[in-house]
Amino acid sequence: MSDSSPTSENGKDLTPEQQGLRDQLAEGYNLIGKSPLKVDGMAKAMGQTQFADDLSMPRMLHCKLLRSHVAYAKILSIDTSKAEALPGVVKVITGECMPIPFGILPVSQDEHSLCFDKVRFVGDPVAAVAAIDEATAYEAMQLIDVEYEKLDPVFDPTKALQNREEPLHDYGDDGNVHKRVSMEFGDVEQGLAEADLVLEDTMFFEGNTHLPMEQHASLAFREADGRLTIMSSTQTPHYLHKAMSKVLEMPPSRVRVIATPNGGGFGGKSDPFNHEMCVAKLALLTGRPVKVALTREEVFYCHRGRHPTLMNIKTGFKKDGAMTGMHFQSLLDGGGYGSYGVASTYYTGALQTVTYKIPKYRFDGVRCFTNKPPCGPKRGHGTPQPRFALEVQLDKAAVALGIDPADIRKNHLHPAGGITANWLKVGSMGLGACIDAVVEASGWKDKWGKLPPGKGVGLACSSYISGAGLPIYWNAMPHSGVTVQLDRGGGVAVFCGETEIGQGSDTVLAMCVAEVLGVGLTDIRLTVADTHTTPVDLGSYSSRVTMMMGNAAFQGAERAREIVAKAVSKKLEIPSVRLRFADNKIFDVQDPENWIPFAKGVQIAEAKFGTIAVAGSYTPPVTPGKYRGAGVGPSPAYSYSAAVIQVDVDQETGDVDVEKIWVAHDIGQSINEILVIGQVEGGVYMGLGEAIMEEMTYRPNRFGVHKIPSMLEYKSPTTHEMPPIDTFIIRDPDPNGPFGAKEVGQGPLLPIMPGVANAVFDAVGVRVDEIPVTPDKVLKAMNSKTKRYGPTKYPDLKITDTVRIKTLEEGGDGTAPRPAKKQKEVTS
Amino acid sequence: MSHATEGAPALSKVHRVLSVNGENHEVAFDPRKTLLEVLREDMLLTGTKHGCELGECGACTVLIDGEPKLSCLVLGLESDGVDIRTIEGLAQPDVPHALQTAYGELGASQCGYCSPGFLMNASALLARDTNPSREAIVEELGGNICRCTGYLKILEAVELAAQRLRDGTAANGGSDV
Repeated sequence: MSDSSPTSENGKDLTPEQQGLRDQLAEGYNLIGKSPLKVDGMAKAMGQTQFADDLSMPRMLHCKLLRSHVAYAKILSIDTSKAEALPGVVKVITGECMPIPFGILPVSQDEHSLCFDKVRFVGDPVAAVAAIDEATAYEAMQLIDVEYEKLDPVFDPTKALQNREEPLHDYGDDGNVHKRVSMEFGDVEQGLAEADLVLEDTMFFEGNTHLPMEQHASLAFREADGRLTIMSSTQTPHYLHKAMSKVLEMPPSRVRVIATPNGGGFGGKSDPFNHEMCVAKLALLTGRPVKVALTREEVFYCHRGRHPTLMNIKTGFKKDGAMTGMHFQSLLDGGGYGSYGVASTYYTGALQTVTYKIPKYRFDGVRCFTNKPPCGPKRGHGTPQPRFALEVQLDKAAVALGIDPADIRKNHLHPAGGITANWLKVGSMGLGACIDAVVEASGWKDKWGKLPPGKGVGLACSSYISGAGLPIYWNAMPHSGVTVQLDRGGGVAVFCGETEIGQGSDTVLAMCVAEVLGVGLTDIRLTVADTHTTPVDLGSYSSRVTMMMGNAAFQGAERAREIVAKAVSKKLEIPSVRLRFADNKIFDVQDPENWIPFAKGVQIAEAKFGTIAVAGSYTPPVTPGKYRGAGVGPSPAYSYSAAVIQVDVDQETGDVDVEKIWVAHDIGQSINEILVIGQVEGGVYMGLGEAIMEEMTYRPNRFGVHKIPSMLEYKSPTTHEMPPIDTFIIRDPDPNGPFGAKEVGQGPLLPIMPGVANAVFDAVGVRVDEIPVTPDKVLKAMNSKTKRYGPTKYPDLKITDTVRIKTLEEGGDGTAPRPAKKQKEVTS
Repeated sequence: MSHATEGAPALSKVHRVLSVNGENHEVAFDPRKTLLEVLREDMLLTGTKHGCELGECGACTVLIDGEPKLSCLVLGLESDGVDIRTIEGLAQPDVPHALQTAYGELGASQCGYCSPGFLMNASALLARDTNPSREAIVEELGGNICRCTGYLKILEAVELAAQRLRDGTAANGGSDV
């Protein structure tokens, strides 16, 4: 039948239909890399998109959570009688009705829907009310009497290390130490001994929060047959589904989670939350729909944002700037609960190695519990803090060695396709091209060290995962699934568990399917993020959606195409390999006038093979690291970014005016180019906020309340602070990505914070080794003898149980030699 | 659970006629409610969003007598006798407003939650000036927060819409807004 012999892909023979698709794609894309209208773009511009709080139902009740006003206390009693007696109140619940704990990570099941033993931060919920309207629920909430026995709170992780009297939790590695990890890849001491220059810096990165424009909201209701449905602003409906089934003690088949389009997430809606459990329970108990919509202040206290992190980085350099070894230490302030914290801790040590060659590497990380809102994953998850430290130290090394900061980076890039000291497999690697792009466009060579006093430029680079290589709970199933169903009218129904949080995942899904089937975007109908109707996609986190959903969509669409191509080939007597799908037509590539409409092709195939509904799925490749902890860091592909930032520092006030940013991002291949640029600009914006103004701060002397839980006082950049950005997209297709694509949602944020700090040095000759770089810190640095502002001391964590793993160059095989004995105590 | 009380409960809602998007609507609402709440909860016009309910984020911007106002800072009670325009009324029946088209084309909505507020604000700007400078747009939209886009695509969309309005290539200039 075929006039061309099948070729092989990944060792498997391609069918003629698969070969035909590959030939079609090689001849040029219909949609990929272009900028068709975002599939949800007009609905959003018309105000038609329904977010969680836009939903309402007949007989709906409104829920409010009573939250603790003390940071740390035992709960002695809760009296809800006055609240229950208030007219309009339908139900009041407390913690006993949901005794089963939950948490996003299997190792940190430490949260309860409502606290019943202790409260661990201001904002920890203790009771929930359902009433006929919001005002009544609010009034009832204030009638609940809670008797607390106050405990001594701890707000500082260095103190949390010592405070062992009344630890926040009865699990973890010791006292208030939630997680401690120490791993060494190669002999770092020996590496440092071989260096011409050793730099050691202590740096601090303050916590900050996602601040999505939409406050979290959820609506739950009980179906007539007893099933529970919740529609919620969550980035991870699959994980919420699992947690909810556990907490409510209902089989997963009886719980339905629908993620509504998120009004921004950035990681802040990735955990299962108390309010979701509460509305679900209240819906079951009252038999009525129950909605909760958090206030902005509550969103600040739910947090799960960037961990405040104290870091110590010691690196050896040869005269040419090559690194000989690095010892990186991080102390994370985790807040009151585990959240993603174990993963966050590992991430502070994982990705240092994928940008530049670091032959020997050691990482020690400790996460402590403190009586503040829990920290978790914010855009960049655990990697912006170490990236800041690494890129600022590289800038210092360049100055000390007399090397241009662009060259010290570009001359020592990690090779594409190589394996890092900590056993991460690097695929495509476009960082060199990124550096070239921003160096040339910004006029770096004429500016660095040459601008008048007060003006300066800084350069920094970064990398990020295109999806976590391993799922949050151990299983061998696919990370994403997509079902493709063809209808006789030529439409295509696509089902996937992916969640649109503004990043454009709906558009990526539709474009991947439309490209393969040669139909228009408007021919695609999406059903997404619904655990009752869509195949699992693990969620919108870790920049995984384009990579994993995209590959699953490609496979699903390819299988549908194969069925149609087989039938059409037979009917029209054209070899399958010659069939092309484009412009809603199927035609013979050797005789383009010989075509039929796509819909006709579907009808022929349906007559021959029956209803066409097929699925594709994606599981990431096996990772080379086999040691304990090797699960954090691996990814099918790494994106790369570089930025040059130009600042004007007011030498009287210390104010840093960011004048312009040049940024280049190695995406592999854009799916939708304008959305890619939008992600770059949005990431740069968020990084700029972190760099110069955003911070979560609390009042330790006033019970640990948040200083500034409002959008006015938590300063974030407005149109006024936003400088022009020149964006360069580097295309270096990665063999693992769908059409070669890699991530863009998180990576471009990362170089901004170190880039700003490096630019401030170029402008006024001082180092601010702390984020955010606020005017007071710049002034203090300028007025100090050391010309530096930042922490000076890193606590001695007396780690003795370091796991030593041989690098590939040392002949290692990715395993740890033997299980290390667990260290019992840490004191400082 | 029953909340039956003796005698008829007192009426607690006020009864008003609000002019929204050119139509008069008779609405009963709790007098403590803001215009934002009346629009969203009592009229189901959920296109208008809330991000803070304290007048800090701009998400709830509507036009009152042509002027952008934060509907979370206006009481429903104050809102009769004025002309209220919301995102639902920005498009003409058959054509989106030039701003909406430009927004869609440039991906100026990412999550889209702040979009209605930005669009209402920008529509007021373009109604009085179809050739605003970048500085004027920055100034006008400086009170609206967006966390997704970094604002650049939004500024570009306003400029693109303005260009089309000047060129006469916009299908809907929103002249009645």
